[in-house]
Amino acid sequence: MASITIRDVKKSYAKSQVVHGVDLDIASGEFVVILGPSGCGKSTLLRMIAGLEDISGGTIAIDGTVVNKLEPRERGCAMVFQNYALYPHMSVAQNIGYSLKVAGVPAAERTQRIQAVARTLELEHLLDRKPMALSGGQRQRVAMGRAMIREPKVFLFDEPLSNLDAKLRVQMRSEIRKLHRRLNATSVFVTHDQVEAMTLADRLVVMNGGRVEQVGTPGEVYSRPASRFVATFVGAPAMNMLEGTVELDGLSLLGGSRRLAVQRAGLAVGTQVAVGIRPEAVRLVAPGTAGALDATVDLVEELGAGRVVYVDLDGASFSVMTSEAVHPEPGSTVGLRFSPDDLHFFSSETRTRLEVFKASVPEPAL
Amino acid sequence: MVERTPFLNFFTHVILFVGFVLCIAPFVVVTIAASHNLKDVNDVPMSLLPGSDFWLNIKTAWTTADLGPKLLNSFIMAAGVAAGKVMISAFTAFSIVYFRYPGRTFIFWLIFVTLMLPLEVRIVPTYAVVANVLSPYQTILDLTGLSWLVEKVSGVQVSLSLGLLNSYSGLILPLIATATGTFLYRQFFLTVPDELTEAARMDGAGALRFFIDILLPLSRNNMAALGTIMFLWAWNQYLWPLLITTDQSHATAVTELKQLIPNVGGIPEWNIAMAGTLIVMLPPLIVVVAMQRWFVRGLIATEK
Repeated sequence: MASITIRDVKKSYAKSQVVHGVDLDIASGEFVVILGPSGCGKSTLLRMIAGLEDISGGTIAIDGTVVNKLEPRERGCAMVFQNYALYPHMSVAQNIGYSLKVAGVPAAERTQRIQAVARTLELEHLLDRKPMALSGGQRQRVAMGRAMIREPKVFLFDEPLSNLDAKLRVQMRSEIRKLHRRLNATSVFVTHDQVEAMTLADRLVVMNGGRVEQVGTPGEVYSRPASRFVATFVGAPAMNMLEGTVELDGLSLLGGSRRLAVQRAGLAVGTQVAVGIRPEAVRLVAPGTAGALDATVDLVEELGAGRVVYVDLDGASFSVMTSEAVHPEPGSTVGLRFSPDDLHFFSSETRTRLEVFKASVPEPAL
Repeated sequence: MVERTPFLNFFTHVILFVGFVLCIAPFVVVTIAASHNLKDVNDVPMSLLPGSDFWLNIKTAWTTADLGPKLLNSFIMAAGVAAGKVMISAFTAFSIVYFRYPGRTFIFWLIFVTLMLPLEVRIVPTYAVVANVLSPYQTILDLTGLSWLVEKVSGVQVSLSLGLLNSYSGLILPLIATATGTFLYRQFFLTVPDELTEAARMDGAGALRFFIDILLPLSRNNMAALGTIMFLWAWNQYLWPLLITTDQSHATAVTELKQLIPNVGGIPEWNIAMAGTLIVMLPPLIVVVAMQRWFVRGLIATEK
């Protein structure tokens, strides 16, 4: 068990800086997921914790000890790689036990510990196989076993599920979660898959462009996104964003064609904002309903359990997720209705969340 | 690609067959010649029906050229070159691919340049070095004035000398120092995924440990291929063994074949010469047949 303290950590390659001063505290036994699009620096951050990348600035401490200059083996981290990185010429047992062999653990104890790990991961019948003869899910388990056997202070996962097919991914996801509950080891999990991130994380770290956008529980990140990026990145389909301007008696949307009557608290008239509404927070009602916005249906995506309805709102694309048994025809007009509590406001300038608004129901354009 | 074109199939088989005949014909003629007696082998044209003196000729060739010890010499040299090459190439390629250090590119090119300077080109300086391995150091000492200094101070004249003529080391070492193997390994090491290296680092393996536990086992096909090629190449060396073995005891089988070739005006015992050729040809043939499986895999396939 160990805590990780990351202070103003930077990473730059010859010319470009890829991580711009990240601060993060990971408590002992916590499962933290770093989520972000590819190229946001999340893997780089993980690899800096592991010791596979040099740290260009700032400090990383594990259990209070600054590890910047320590070799990976001295940090007490174990890592599960995206492509598993199993040694192709070694059997499953040898793969799992290699770190113990390097550490000079006697053969008898080694066998015993390999057996124990294999039992946990249900790999006992595969111990003599070579990685070539294993399926994707089995390889994944071997990779986990290799990390587990060292009883590390910290588990690092670098997109370990992205090479699996959809069904296995769901299965391995819950296995990782169960495993964490049992071992209760500090874990850092990097992924670009938000479902993975939401389901696994105790705490979610959303990164973009080498910076941390938000840290919080999956619920917080979903319900109170700290920035426009987080709002559109977390949640599928993505949150709808409508550009607007603060006016004296409310908010004008989409260049003035629609209006929202909101109380503005301390924001100057003329301030540019973005209003976000989650597709699942919107209800479809009959066109012309009082307090609803009318829009034209573009496309309906059938999901089985529900439907995503893409509508055109005065030229702006807008999506609605509904589980009701409505099947609007493309080209028809529908009303969009939502609760003012479900609106999110972001400053167009800083792109961060604004808490000052209390919204009320939209008024149709005159 | 599978194509169903009977004519093309037939045509390719004809080409293959012609190639096969071209390759095998000299070997057949040598074998037949080795089975004739002195009279038959000198008939013009030579009869292409095998004679009956095959084993007698083999025996004569063996004793005349003293092939027993010579084959052993050849084997030691070829095996030594193959083993040395496999090892030194693995180490140099490991250094070039896995480490970042000042002068790495320079060293890489230095190794590369040896490809353009085969032994035959640098045979005179190589001979000089082998005659006295320490002569370059002597030269350095002389040029820097150090030997002069030592002589003035202590009265001892510095004269370094370590000759390798007529020794196995002299036969083997100069043939090891070329770059071909390094590049074969380099290409292979570049295909080894980085994650494997990182996994080994996470597992606590240092550079040498990674090299021995992971990299070498993975490159065993490569080693077999390189070893086979180098064995054949070293076995067939003629100029270098001829040059540095002034003493019969270190002569190799290939150079000793010359003993069997009839002199002008001597008895034209071509049957014996051909029998000797067959004997000398045999060990590399065995090596190729034995190593064939790994050899082909090492050159074409990357096992993933």
